[in-house]
Amino acid sequence: MTGLAAPSSTPDASDAVYAHDIPAERPWSRVLKQGQTLRIIDSEGQQAVDALLYCAEDPAERYSSQDTLRVQGSAYVELGTRLISNKGRVMAHLTADSCGRHDTSAGCCSCESNAVRFGEATKYQHACRENFILELSKHGLTKRDIVANLNFFMNVPIDPSGAFTVVDGISAPGNYVDVTADMDVLFVISNCPQVNNPCNGFNPTPIRVMIWDPKKT
Amino acid sequence: MTMAQTKQEISEANRRRYEELRAAGQELTPKGLPDATPLDGVPISPDAVVGREQVPAGWYATVRLRRGEALRIVDDSGRSSVALIGWREEDTSERVNCADTVKVQWSAAVSKGRVLLSDMGRVFLSLIEDTSGAHDLLVGGSTPASTRAAFGATTRNTQENFLAAAAKIGLGLRDIPPCVTFFAPVSLDASGRFLWMSGRKRPGDFVDLRAEMNLVLVLSNCAHPLDPARPAATDPITLIRYRASPPGSDDPCRTTSPEIVRAFEFTDRLFA
Repeated sequence: MTGLAAPSSTPDASDAVYAHDIPAERPWSRVLKQGQTLRIIDSEGQQAVDALLYCAEDPAERYSSQDTLRVQGSAYVELGTRLISNKGRVMAHLTADSCGRHDTSAGCCSCESNAVRFGEATKYQHACRENFILELSKHGLTKRDIVANLNFFMNVPIDPSGAFTVVDGISAPGNYVDVTADMDVLFVISNCPQVNNPCNGFNPTPIRVMIWDPKKT
Repeated sequence: MTMAQTKQEISEANRRRYEELRAAGQELTPKGLPDATPLDGVPISPDAVVGREQVPAGWYATVRLRRGEALRIVDDSGRSSVALIGWREEDTSERVNCADTVKVQWSAAVSKGRVLLSDMGRVFLSLIEDTSGAHDLLVGGSTPASTRAAFGATTRNTQENFLAAAAKIGLGLRDIPPCVTFFAPVSLDASGRFLWMSGRKRPGDFVDLRAEMNLVLVLSNCAHPLDPARPAATDPITLIRYRASPPGSDDPCRTTSPEIVRAFEFTDRLFA
């Protein structure tokens, strides 16, 4: 990676300025101020967390999966990965990661893609895009603003042949990832409701989010 | 599914279905894909041609295709790459979607017989001919920053081309999705690091894309960010818009897998 400092010592839970349990299958959003760190905890393990980031000042600037992978030169999101906007700026970066493998190429589930992948009956199951549409509507954003997202704790190996597979999540109960904001960002989460593939171990579960202010030096 | 099924039974049934789909999608489907088009194969009948243009290096073209029309993109020099985005004409919130394209087809490698999907579970474009099979859906196009890093100064780039093209039809930065880049042989090693396979580019490589709905496409002829050539290629590309033959019931693009059969069913309903 790019010479980023190793994660600082684990912050004390009692110092968190915010903590919230996101129920299974539900969305969440909050503005992170520059320097704040968001911890996403996979409370029960094997739970994919779909995420989008928008520049709080001008949400037309938003997370870009392709810019992120191009700048990094490799296909997976991990400790040190800088999350790049569609204007080429660093929005946030991963400052701790006890899981080790996250995806940004597989997108989010939708009623429409579920119907294609798993049959038309699955069109009537709740999906990440429904969560994103509802959560974004609170911020004046629409379906048009949903871009290729991050999938924390989702394991999607890409073979040199191109073979692309969502496989069983490798996150254990309590695994977490820390994302430190490099600008003020609107952070949007869908706690993935997918039951048709192994990304949630076929059983969606709650996750926990915590926020810390930057450490005073 | 009956009320008697427990949560455990449902999850086991879902896992079995997923494993069956995966085995079909990664083992059976690739064997059934058609061979690559030969470089000198499949000339377009002059009667079918609707329009033809050359796009200089660094520039872009906006192309409207009606359902059933096709676009041939030719890398005449073997040194160009062509990035593509696009929208459904009647509702531009529906766009080409790289993530769904690779997820539904179980492959980040597209080639003849594959399709590009929209974000609405419908087929956007079909690759009805393809000499190359070396296209990128993961890394995306060049940007001001990537050209500065590669060439020491900001040059014309795909991101600004997309923005300019979008603006001319009333769209903006919010409407630019991840792009597909043709003739961009990107692979990756076991650790996920991207590699450029320059041996997979040949002069005259072409791909024919059949529109499965009414589309507005933008094509950008800029060097791919992983292309090591210095200086960047200065060659034009050729675009030929033509009327494709109507697909039969055995059309190779429409029949590759149960997923793709469904995607076409959902697409056809727009026009039923």
